[in-house]
Amino acid sequence: MHPLAGSIAELVWLLPILPLIGFVINGAISLFTSFHAGPADPSAAHGEHDVAHAGHEAPDTHDEHAAPKRAPLHAIVTIVGPLVLLLAFGLGVAIFVAMPSHMATPFVKTFFAWMPVGTDLPIHWAFQVDQLSVMMVLFVTGVSALIHIFSVGYMGDDPGYARYFAFLNLFVAFMLVLVLGASYPVMFVGWEGVGLVSYLLIGFWFNDKANADAGTKAFIVNRIGDFGFLIAMFLIWSNVGTLDFSGVAAGVGSLPAGGPLLTTICLFMLLACTGKSAQIPLYVWLPDAMAGPTPVSALIHAATMVTAGVYLVARSSFLFSLSPVACLTVAVIGAVTALFAATIGLKQWDIKKLLAYSTVSKIGYMFIGVGVGAYVAGLFHVITHSFFKALLFLGAGSVIFGMHAAYHHTHSTEDAQDMRNMGGLRAYMPLTFVMMWIATLAISGIPIFAGFFSKDEILGSVIARAADSTLADVHWLGIPGSAVLYAVYVLALAGAFLTALYMTRMMLYTFHGPNRTGVEEQAHLHEAPPLLTFPVVVLGVLSVLGGIINLPAFLHLPAGWTGALDQWLAPVVGDATLHVTHGVAAETPHEVALVGLAIVVAIAGIVTAFVKLKPAALVPKRDAQPATGFERVLENKYYVDELYDRTVVTPVVAVSRSFLWKGIDAGLIDGVLVNGSAWFMRGLARSGSWLQTGQVGAYAWAIVIGVLAVLGAFTLR
Amino acid sequence: MREFLASIHYGAWVLPALLLIPLAGALIIVLQSAFSRDDSSLAAAPSARWIALITFLLEFAVSLGMWWAFDPGTVAWQFRVTHWWIPAWGASFDVGVDGISLFMVLLTTFLMPLSVLGGWTSVREKVRSYYALLLILTTGMIGVFLALDLLFFYVMWEVMLIPMYFIIGIWGGERRIYASIKFFIYTFLGSLLMLVAILYLWLHSVDTVTLSNSFSYDTIMQHAAFTSRAALWLFGAFFLAFAVKVPMFPFHTWLPDAHTEAPTAGSVILAGIMLKMGTYGFLRFALPLFPGAALTPWVRDTILTLAVIGIIYGALVAMVQPDFKRLVAYSSVSHLGFVMLGIYALTLQSVQGALMVMINHGISTGALFLLIGMIYERKHTRLIDAYGGIARVVPMFAVVLTLVSLSSIGLPGTNGFVGEFLVLVGSFKTHPWFTLFATSGVIFAACYLLWAIQRILFNKLDKPENALLRDLNARELVIVAVVTVAILWIGIYPAPVLRRMERSAQNFVQVVTSSPGARLASAPETGGSR
Repeated sequence: MHPLAGSIAELVWLLPILPLIGFVINGAISLFTSFHAGPADPSAAHGEHDVAHAGHEAPDTHDEHAAPKRAPLHAIVTIVGPLVLLLAFGLGVAIFVAMPSHMATPFVKTFFAWMPVGTDLPIHWAFQVDQLSVMMVLFVTGVSALIHIFSVGYMGDDPGYARYFAFLNLFVAFMLVLVLGASYPVMFVGWEGVGLVSYLLIGFWFNDKANADAGTKAFIVNRIGDFGFLIAMFLIWSNVGTLDFSGVAAGVGSLPAGGPLLTTICLFMLLACTGKSAQIPLYVWLPDAMAGPTPVSALIHAATMVTAGVYLVARSSFLFSLSPVACLTVAVIGAVTALFAATIGLKQWDIKKLLAYSTVSKIGYMFIGVGVGAYVAGLFHVITHSFFKALLFLGAGSVIFGMHAAYHHTHSTEDAQDMRNMGGLRAYMPLTFVMMWIATLAISGIPIFAGFFSKDEILGSVIARAADSTLADVHWLGIPGSAVLYAVYVLALAGAFLTALYMTRMMLYTFHGPNRTGVEEQAHLHEAPPLLTFPVVVLGVLSVLGGIINLPAFLHLPAGWTGALDQWLAPVVGDATLHVTHGVAAETPHEVALVGLAIVVAIAGIVTAFVKLKPAALVPKRDAQPATGFERVLENKYYVDELYDRTVVTPVVAVSRSFLWKGIDAGLIDGVLVNGSAWFMRGLARSGSWLQTGQVGAYAWAIVIGVLAVLGAFTLR
Repeated sequence: MREFLASIHYGAWVLPALLLIPLAGALIIVLQSAFSRDDSSLAAAPSARWIALITFLLEFAVSLGMWWAFDPGTVAWQFRVTHWWIPAWGASFDVGVDGISLFMVLLTTFLMPLSVLGGWTSVREKVRSYYALLLILTTGMIGVFLALDLLFFYVMWEVMLIPMYFIIGIWGGERRIYASIKFFIYTFLGSLLMLVAILYLWLHSVDTVTLSNSFSYDTIMQHAAFTSRAALWLFGAFFLAFAVKVPMFPFHTWLPDAHTEAPTAGSVILAGIMLKMGTYGFLRFALPLFPGAALTPWVRDTILTLAVIGIIYGALVAMVQPDFKRLVAYSSVSHLGFVMLGIYALTLQSVQGALMVMINHGISTGALFLLIGMIYERKHTRLIDAYGGIARVVPMFAVVLTLVSLSSIGLPGTNGFVGEFLVLVGSFKTHPWFTLFATSGVIFAACYLLWAIQRILFNKLDKPENALLRDLNARELVIVAVVTVAILWIGIYPAPVLRRMERSAQNFVQVVTSSPGARLASAPETGGSR
């Protein structure tokens, strides 16, 4: 009898059902109201976003500054949307409270059969309640609830308000399926489901082709990752014989540890992770995904969905920990991505694009964490990152909201997201200014802020693994594992410097220095309304205090204060971590010195930005000179999108069109074979018809020749 | 329910009834036209479509009883009815279902009312003939799935060919003549060879009781004796007939033309039902009758290769089609490739998956054609670029088109995923490399459908005339509601379907794999086997 049997955890099915109910209600409202708009209504034909405002992403419905016409049933959406999330969060807390402090085995709740085929493939709809999934549920529903509240203010005037909340609710439902699924196929439902909603929300303002393109691109790139997920599942099932997490964990021991099979499985899984979590080589969709509404960027493309890859690795720790080569690959991809994205972040002007690259870079750190078998550190960073990155995005949302309102009042078509058009905003948005600085310090790794603890735990683990672990014992592409890990550390440290640098740059250009928005516009710049600032402040508090959940041991705090998350997650990932560390609890050598080094690097980044960057010298976007040299390469993101386009997309389309379709299908098969044989038959028939002259004499000759030929053939045989 | 069905002796009459009901409907329509001279317009014969609809609804209701009456625990033929037909030839009227044909019949009866509703207002000329042909066609299709006598099977196979030829040729689009002749010749060439093979089988199968030659499926399965070389030729003949129908690459080029030019109902039936006859033929005849030939390594590898080529090739060509109907037509080549892969991988999962893909493709692709038909009726073009941004004008249509596309892409939670996943997971066990390539099809599927729906539904509404499109009306909402329920139901709870087909799928795998050479061993070897 499981300790959770009969407890509130039996209601785990309600967790995704609650937001799903929200989706159904809001979706029905959306369809119902738009249905009545009808083609006669000009707003239905031309849409809420005219060409003039294409590229501006904040809501735009102030028709000539009149009070916006609220969509019908607006109040119901406002209540239902966030309420279902608050209820889900409450239920998550209740399940968390009901869990005993040391629960050795997960509580698996099976609902009904999904795809049962034969006795060897029993796939059920089943949820798994364990320390990891409950942790994910708490932070997903918690952060989602805050962002839902923010959205009420941010999206309130959008005609697609109900549709927006329907999608947002649906996202949370799928995200909860993702983290609660007790088997890979059920997890895959959530995995693809969140991708779907991401697609729908990126293209939320689909009237602009760029937005719709971004959505489609996100879905397709993620599909490449999903291909990896599928193959990994096939490999697991044909070799282990089950797809349940507990079953695979138990059965994986029969596979040769460190063998090519396990490595292949893990690498295909890693492909899935690089898609969902926007790592090299599949990161290209995430910056484009900023086309969606800003709260969506905060929730889906920063705090929750994009960390699913980290969750998948941690959830599959029983596989990854057995394949040091795959682990090192994860860490290397993470480290390279962390640095690579950070360099691009240096030269972005669009505040959301900058934050997107920052997200790519930070997820790289999480990959380093789970890659080196420091699963708790990676997940710890997932949580703290969700606080400060959601804060950054919501803060940026407040800024864009204000900028857009100002530009709207003056009918300007300037870019409301370009930092060159901002500057000096601290005077107009003091609260947002403070909160954004908190988040910047947190992401840079300044002590006491949340990001500091999680980032240093990752960096410390890398050094610890390099000294002694199964990873250090193997060779990765011919390089000794410990050397690889030291290189990862150096890359990560360099990335940390750049992080502090580009984040400070963002703060300097946005909030410090003189204002470049325009004289007339300045009168209309003001702080966001309380509905927007409330979630921002809550996240600000969490960004400061979030580190509490896993304080490091070197602080010598009283028992119970340090390593709370370590202890909490030990039943899920403890064994895997121990396997990587040769069965001994990891001790980081020279830990205090390393932490000191990291702090110095972070401060150096901030100081460099203050010394080198001159916000006063910046000119508004319309007056800016195009960048040159390497800066231009950075501004164009190393031309990776163009590279993919030229080497993959264009050739595939061209080959499909010119060779496969026009060449093989229409040309060879239809042209030569099908129609060709038709022509041949027609020719044959025509020549046959020439013989039918109708002259009896000719027929008689033919008969005579025929008879002679037959007789001759028989005689001469 | 079962008790009630037993009390009315449901099993004894359901299959003949399913064959006769559409014929009766057709007869009524024809008789009707005998009393009125004008057959040319919808206004003159509004009752024809109602007769057709009611007949199809009745047909569906009658067939639905099989869902409960069917016994999932046996591999024996169920609801079997045997009656003499041409005793001198050893041919009989012999019908029955197992877990494979059950769902093909249900799919047919499910799609027919929808396709009548879909073309409710679009067919305006020669309406009586149209609906009468549709009804006769249905008898032919159901007969193909029910037949347990090879001659009866062949007759039904041809019976369904002719009405479809006329449906495309008379009520089709601009290039309907070319398309219908191409369709006819392609299919007919294949089926003629099959007829030869059936006659050969008849010659070589002698009923032990009557000591006469027999067309009976069971007798042929038990007693047919031929050399392995003959088996290879026979398999080749059946293969051609079915491969054209599936269609497998490179026998597929009739399909884009036929699908595109056919009226909505024709496209729905072609894609939803008739393509399944090819794969059904492999499941029922080609593989169980000639397992040795079918599993000859080079034959098997060739067919697996063609299946995988079909998956990728179909998707890539679909990607670049400017015409939405052609796009969906090529996507069928891709989907049916999954079915062939699943059938040939010969694991329980892959075969059940193949059956699920057959059902799901029928529902999803049928629904896509219905949706295209709806928008075509409004704007009279199938060109993707003629649309754009219409999601705002026709939100209902947009929601359903997105959902159906996602199910066609195989998004988990929709029906499409269940079939594809089972095919791939099962095939991976026996043919990992083929499956690896086949799985890449999921990426291309996302490409072609998402690009298409983006260009239709999203982007800027840049054509002013599109701003005046009407959203779905009540009749169309009924259609899409039914389809939506089917998509989600099979996606989330396919277990009852899988349970009903499991024994038959298992039996199929067993028959084909257990003793591929067994039937040949009894026959004297005259030719070298490969």
